Amino acid sequence: MTLSLIQAAADAPVPAGAVGWVWLAVALPLVGFLINGWLALTRPAAKTAVSVIGAGVLVAAFAVAAAIFVQLRGHPPEAPLIVELWRWIPSGGLDLRFSFQVDQLSTVMLLVVTGVGSLIHLFSIGYMRSDPGYARYFAYLNLFVAFMLVLVLGANLPVLFVGWEGVGLCSYLLIGFWFQDKANADAGKKAFLMNRIGDFGVLIAMFIIWWTLRSLDFVTIAERAPLRLAAGGAGVTAITLFLFLGCTGKSAQIPLYTWLPDAMAGPTPVSALIHAATMVTAGVYLVARTSTLFAMAPVSSALVAGVGAFTALFAASIGLRQYDIKRVLAYSTISQLGYMFLAVGTGAYVAGVFHLITHAFFKALLFLGAGSVIHALHHAYHATHSHDDAQDMRNMGGLRRYLPWTFALMLIATLAIAGIPPFAGFFSKDEILAAAFGRGESQPIWFLFWGMGVLAALMTAFYMMRLMAMTFLGESRVGAKEREHLHEAPWSMTGPLLGLGVLTVLGGLINLPVFAGGHAALEHWLEPVVAKAQDIMPLAMPHGQTEWLLIGGAVAIAVIGLLLGWKLTLARPILPAREAPPDTGFSLVLFRKYYIDELYDGLIVRPLVAISRFVLWKGVDQGLIDGVGANGSAALARGLGWVGSRLQSGQLGFYIVVFLIGAVWLLRAVAR
Amino acid sequence: MLLGPALLLSAVLFTIGVAGVLLRRNAIVLFMCVELMLNAVNLTFVAFSQVLGLGGQVIVFFVMTVAAAEAAVGLAIILAVFRHTRSVDLKNINLLQG
Amino acid sequence: MSAEVVFYLMAGFAVVSALLCITQRNIIASAMWLVSTMFSLAGIYVLLNAQFIAAIQVLVYAGAVMVLFLFVIMLLNVGRGGNDLRGAPVRLVAMLIGGALLAQLFFLGRVTPGGMAVLRGAAAGSGSPMDAFPAGQTALTAPAAQGVVGAIAEPLFRQYLVPFELTSLLLLTAAVGAVVLAKRKL
Repeated sequence: MTLSLIQAAADAPVPAGAVGWVWLAVALPLVGFLINGWLALTRPAAKTAVSVIGAGVLVAAFAVAAAIFVQLRGHPPEAPLIVELWRWIPSGGLDLRFSFQVDQLSTVMLLVVTGVGSLIHLFSIGYMRSDPGYARYFAYLNLFVAFMLVLVLGANLPVLFVGWEGVGLCSYLLIGFWFQDKANADAGKKAFLMNRIGDFGVLIAMFIIWWTLRSLDFVTIAERAPLRLAAGGAGVTAITLFLFLGCTGKSAQIPLYTWLPDAMAGPTPVSALIHAATMVTAGVYLVARTSTLFAMAPVSSALVAGVGAFTALFAASIGLRQYDIKRVLAYSTISQLGYMFLAVGTGAYVAGVFHLITHAFFKALLFLGAGSVIHALHHAYHATHSHDDAQDMRNMGGLRRYLPWTFALMLIATLAIAGIPPFAGFFSKDEILAAAFGRGESQPIWFLFWGMGVLAALMTAFYMMRLMAMTFLGESRVGAKEREHLHEAPWSMTGPLLGLGVLTVLGGLINLPVFAGGHAALEHWLEPVVAKAQDIMPLAMPHGQTEWLLIGGAVAIAVIGLLLGWKLTLARPILPAREAPPDTGFSLVLFRKYYIDELYDGLIVRPLVAISRFVLWKGVDQGLIDGVGANGSAALARGLGWVGSRLQSGQLGFYIVVFLIGAVWLLRAVAR
Repeated sequence: MLLGPALLLSAVLFTIGVAGVLLRRNAIVLFMCVELMLNAVNLTFVAFSQVLGLGGQVIVFFVMTVAAAEAAVGLAIILAVFRHTRSVDLKNINLLQG
Repeated sequence: MSAEVVFYLMAGFAVVSALLCITQRNIIASAMWLVSTMFSLAGIYVLLNAQFIAAIQVLVYAGAVMVLFLFVIMLLNVGRGGNDLRGAPVRLVAMLIGGALLAQLFFLGRVTPGGMAVLRGAAAGSGSPMDAFPAGQTALTAPAAQGVVGAIAEPLFRQYLVPFELTSLLLLTAAVGAVVLAKRKL
């Protein structure tokens, strides 16, 4: 019945089969949010109900996604299938519909969000069990998934933007989940504000697109852009640059990345879902969606690739000297996102999406594994009433004896992120670097980008192995009393870890290249989506000997990085956090993240706050609007009233004078 | 025909009445100056009645009647005010101030 | 003596009396000078062929209204001490206003029946000016025919009957009002 209501509301016919039910994938988490929210307000202790509904809606949404995938696999569409839900903004020349677009790219994103999301929801059941805000957590998490799905399914920019803003909101709510601690609330605020700067870019880009192309639907934009805009001209460049500004905010690239490390203040599953697998990939998705525009603007694409490559290198260098386990992973995420942008900037959209998928697998695994470790340490500290930092790696060490499963799975993820074949990360990263190298032959600056990517890969292997070594290997720095309480996480948490581990191992199969015996499945799958862009800006992949040389070099670098990380970290004894000496020299600069936060604070935040306080608040609001406006008009009225009251002196003589003056004046008309 | 000079005399008397109203503070004297002004106006009417007909004199008749009535009522008011404020000086009669 | 000389004599007397009226400090003196002004005006009325009005002026105005004024002055026993002329700034204002008023009204001295006839539409200098004003001629001849009182009575009880009756009502109201206002206790 609901389907016929939708059919009646829409002008276009609803596609048949599972695709027509795509709205269910969004509605399910939304309903989960409403129910869990109501439970959070009225019955916060009903944890079983919350668990069933919170995780259940995600699994059901994944089922819908799988059904859609199966249907599309059988009949791959040439053009995206539009499922219109309702007529949103009919205003003048703009007839905006709230529609979802089901094509190969959105299906892939749908599967990733619901699949990885389901696993993380299941993990959260065990992880957040003892938290009093259990119901609220699942409510927010469901809401986030709903918005993320709106984002990836949107058929036009405004619908995407609704999802874009919505995930920003949920990110703020979840980062500041334990808001009683001011630092957490501040981190949430920081994330939201920096995202807003990016959102401004997306809005401006939308305005320019509407102004030049008179349409906001992705399909129509891709059709009209080559006809109405000059390739490489100011219009396309402006649009893509503003879009990329939004991407730097949402996907934590330079210059708007500083919120992501602070966002680790939220619960670890949140970091896994939002800040590793899904929300931060929205920027990459946006570029892939508007690939035609980016292909038409080589300057912007070069900028995207350059910023991506530089961010990858920059963030990886900071990760070399962080001690908080989640912070290392945060900078790792920023760095890997840089790789994705390097890919889409080069024109290798498929490679970018491929890396997005594989990164979702192993980064979620890494975060959840870290969550497992932190959970165990918290448990131990709780039992012994210790106040050490459970996230500081200097307090860990030798944990592989106590958490064997976690160790094994995180090791798999480390190998994947470093780029060791046959794990997932190897194929995707290799494809990106190969595409960059290939373009270098026609545009030499891409060799620089390729070089930065290779160096970042070395650093990635190094800091990941450093993380593993400090946490799981060597001598244990965990106190003797605490060690008695250390144990592996329950199966509710380890189960999803296993699931992600399997995906990490097998993930490479999605786009196994031909030389390795595969069919480049993802490449063919996404071909209709990126075909137009590929025509405008074709890729130049290296072949034959160059290709093998690059692959060999990449593997070698990965192995070298891992070995160096292992050996150098364990070469000297590590002291627990409270006894450890502070870093010095360049290490200190890395530890302090190149002082970028302080730079932003001094350069931007403080002047803004000062302007807001002294100019806008004291000056304009209090002085001008209150003083001149409200109080001023009152004073004016009072003044005029005072003048008027002077006339009412009560003195008859005065009245007579005025009267006679008036009379004499009137006589003027008569007397000539 | 004394039309012009009579009118001029009336103007002068009227002006003197106006000046008197402005200059004096005593309410009764003020009243008397108002009577002076009324007399001047009467003179105007009578002067014009030579040219324009007996209507002028009839109007003077009415004016005198009304002036008498007005004098009676006005002096009664001054009496009442005097009972309150013990003075007929205008500067003390300012209860309508503000 | 011609009418004009008498007129100017009386006019001068009236103006002087008026000036003294408004400047005397003694209130009784002011009242007396006002009576004097009224008497002069009565004389001028006679010259202007309004004998009835002259008689009424003396009887009603000088005889009744001013007597009433004097009663009130003596009842209230004011006017002994103090100068009740207002201060210098008001004197300046009074002179200014008076001067302006006089300047505006000065043109009245030049009004003539001939000029008024021209305004009425008659050609200038054609015949007697009074031809244009039949009513005025009636005013001059009526007292001879009907007597002075009869001349006034005719328009009073014919055209102006309603205002006449209303005026009597007004007098009644004024009488009642004056009595009520002056009562010691209502």
